[in-house]
Amino acid sequence: MPVAIVIAALVVGSVLFHLVSPWWQTPIASNWSSLDVALDVTLWICGLAFIVLNLFLAYVVWRYRHREGHRAHYEPENASLEKTLTFWTAVGIVGMLTPGLAAWAKYVNVPQDAAMVEAVGQQWQWTYRYPGPDGVLGAAGVMHITPDNSLGLDPTDPFGRDDKIIESSEMRLPLDKPVKLLLRSKDVLHDFYVPEFRAKMDLVPGIVTYFWMTPTVAGDFGILCAELCGVGHHEMRGNVVVEPQAAFDEWLSEQITFGEILEQASPASRSEMFATADVCVGTSIWSNP
Amino acid sequence: MVTLADDLQPLHHPKTWIGKYVWSQDHKVIAIQYSLTAVAIGLVALVLSVLMRLQLGFPGSIPWIQPDNYLQFVSMHGMIMVVYLLTALLLGGFGNYLIPLMVGARDMVFPFVNMLSYWVYLLSVIVLVAGFFVPGGATGAGWTLYPPQAITEGTPGYQWGIVTMLVSLAIFIVAFTMGGLNYVTTVLQARCKGMTMMRMPLSVWGIFIAAIMGLLAFPALFVAAIMMLFDHLAGTSFFMPTIFSMGQISDTEGGNPILFQHLFWFFGHPEVYIVALPAFGIVSDLISVHARRNIFGYRMMVWAIVIIGGLSFVVWAHHMYVSGMNPYFGFFFAISTLIIAVPTAIKVYNWLLTLWRGDIHLRVPMLFAIAFIFTFIHGGLTGLFLGNVSVDVPLSDTMFVVGHFHMVMGVSPVLVIFGAIYHWYPKITGRMYNKTLGQMHFWFTFLGTYATYLPMHYIGVLGVPRRYYALGDTSFIPDSVSTANAGITIAAIIVFVAQALFFINLTWSYFRGKKADPNPWGASSLEWLTPDTPPTHGNWGEKLPTVHRWAYDYSVPNAERDFIPQNEPPSNEPPS
Repeated sequence: MPVAIVIAALVVGSVLFHLVSPWWQTPIASNWSSLDVALDVTLWICGLAFIVLNLFLAYVVWRYRHREGHRAHYEPENASLEKTLTFWTAVGIVGMLTPGLAAWAKYVNVPQDAAMVEAVGQQWQWTYRYPGPDGVLGAAGVMHITPDNSLGLDPTDPFGRDDKIIESSEMRLPLDKPVKLLLRSKDVLHDFYVPEFRAKMDLVPGIVTYFWMTPTVAGDFGILCAELCGVGHHEMRGNVVVEPQAAFDEWLSEQITFGEILEQASPASRSEMFATADVCVGTSIWSNP
Repeated sequence: MVTLADDLQPLHHPKTWIGKYVWSQDHKVIAIQYSLTAVAIGLVALVLSVLMRLQLGFPGSIPWIQPDNYLQFVSMHGMIMVVYLLTALLLGGFGNYLIPLMVGARDMVFPFVNMLSYWVYLLSVIVLVAGFFVPGGATGAGWTLYPPQAITEGTPGYQWGIVTMLVSLAIFIVAFTMGGLNYVTTVLQARCKGMTMMRMPLSVWGIFIAAIMGLLAFPALFVAAIMMLFDHLAGTSFFMPTIFSMGQISDTEGGNPILFQHLFWFFGHPEVYIVALPAFGIVSDLISVHARRNIFGYRMMVWAIVIIGGLSFVVWAHHMYVSGMNPYFGFFFAISTLIIAVPTAIKVYNWLLTLWRGDIHLRVPMLFAIAFIFTFIHGGLTGLFLGNVSVDVPLSDTMFVVGHFHMVMGVSPVLVIFGAIYHWYPKITGRMYNKTLGQMHFWFTFLGTYATYLPMHYIGVLGVPRRYYALGDTSFIPDSVSTANAGITIAAIIVFVAQALFFINLTWSYFRGKKADPNPWGASSLEWLTPDTPPTHGNWGEKLPTVHRWAYDYSVPNAERDFIPQNEPPSNEPPS
């Protein structure tokens, strides 16, 4: 008997907790409100199921609790009832999948005009790269990394010369412009995670991953790492400043290009950088015993 | 033809204490050995979880919890709970105890292999624990052990902890294979006369399908473990691209970290159901017995178990929506994942409909079963959030995920396990448990775990990431989150302390408990009908039982009692 009351109280309590809890999504700052809509639809359907099923549980436990002389009803199955329930469950599933898959279709289709920005992760910090006027990021790989070429750009690739190298934890994005974030890791898995943007994606060493979004709110947002990457995982922080295009352009123009880095480097450092380009297969255990 | 179940060759009863209780080939003794070992290592995981919670709830309160050992606690807690506790207890423990008794067999069909299975499992646990003591300590790569971090500097235990972990898993899989083959073969070959597949109790169905799934899923983990061992010790590059780690370019080249994730989750998702299906089966039997009502929709329940088992092999990549795999896979895996909700929902409906119009005795096992329905509805529904690909993106790697999987495959199966232990305790020991202590244990556990995990979902929706040693100064996280974390930790500690009630009860009752009736709940299934309580070696005395009906003839109209044992012949023998 108490258990029926407690189950009912837990349902009511959970709903109240949901209503008064100060913890819910951060205010959205990107175009991904469709992800929030999918979450809301899922919440409404699941919330309804949670309330109905558990209140039914509480009712049944109370109504059919053991009393002297009471006997259970013998009924092995009831095909029509089971079919009805299966049907309505399927309706609920379709109701959740529809907005979910519709949002996903947008998520996987990067707009043609999205600007490219690269975020590079390493234990335990973020750095960034922006294409120059050519709009193209030059080739890069960890085998090209030297002290003066921390992002590992291929020094022989002409497309990389005008790339802007941001060796700071702060990146910037222009407001209301779609951006494709290319993600590259030097060492282990990481995950580029800004809660206000909703979107996130792992960084995987050896490949380039990506996602796209449009920042819709100006401001300064924290970047976290959301994929366990070692003892400094919780301290791998950066931030992204979203600002109007003009301010963004001004900031970007102040950043150093890879070409300038090459020019300013000492002759020894330059030759070290170019030496990496000769070992075109990188260093394997076979070529470098 | 004489089947194994009807084998009337004399059993060789062990003569010595060691033969009876140590090198025992009796499935019941092996079950107890498996269970005690699993619970012992589970207690280690429980302590680790409290240490983690202390750090999260009261950061810095224990100065020696640092980021490196915090991650070791996270990793070892997860792996122990999923593999060494839940899998071992539900299959090695309950599977061993219940299968032969419920299908009317004298023992498992390969008793010697069954014994070996336990001792190899014990070895895997010893190797696992050795990980705490090797140089560098246990692995801190998370229970998912993702490369490259699992085997590169910067992760605790990357030197030797990961080696002991992978070796221990490989040994565990050997043990599981010996046990699993036994469970499957016994169900298929050793059922007593009249025990058709569709008359088996759902406990046996759940364990049977879970064992088949384990035999198909664990090999993926096995090869992943061996491949990572090669990467770590022999310089191969299965999972290792060229990386630049700690100032150095690695000697590895061309490997793919995502390949490991596919192998891991091809095991890892079926693993969820390897734990869940035995729990589903067992809880069905608890509900039916204590509600004095036939399980509602038995055939649908069986098919739901089979379909869930099959579908669980095509949903694995829903753990990898933001892993960097081809994003178009998201469409397929979201659909397959949400489809699996249909047979799962049918099971929930049928549990509820079994209670409906029942005669519900709110004994301790039933309380746990009812609490399971509640927590499983909660955990199952939050799974739909994470399965629905675009809803998963903001939630993945947050505390929402932690809340979800603890509700659905931590709390829910553990509630069933507690209920099942109380339910079968009179048969296993011949004594009754203490009712008051059992009820207190129930209330603390049920309410305490809900208070622990409900708020986690909410701070996860807010965006608080998981596997964080400390939240630090993060602009989007308000101070109230520390309050939530403190509250969660207090609830978790209450649950932790309350488990003493369980151990005190079981130990005290074992020596001082009231002598139990052979069939105290009035159950129909065969395990309650043994000539001795506790059942002796060989289970059935001289003659094997013969089954005449399904396991759920409760409250049959016009029957004398409110249950008809499975071995009772039809009263008026109508030609069927």
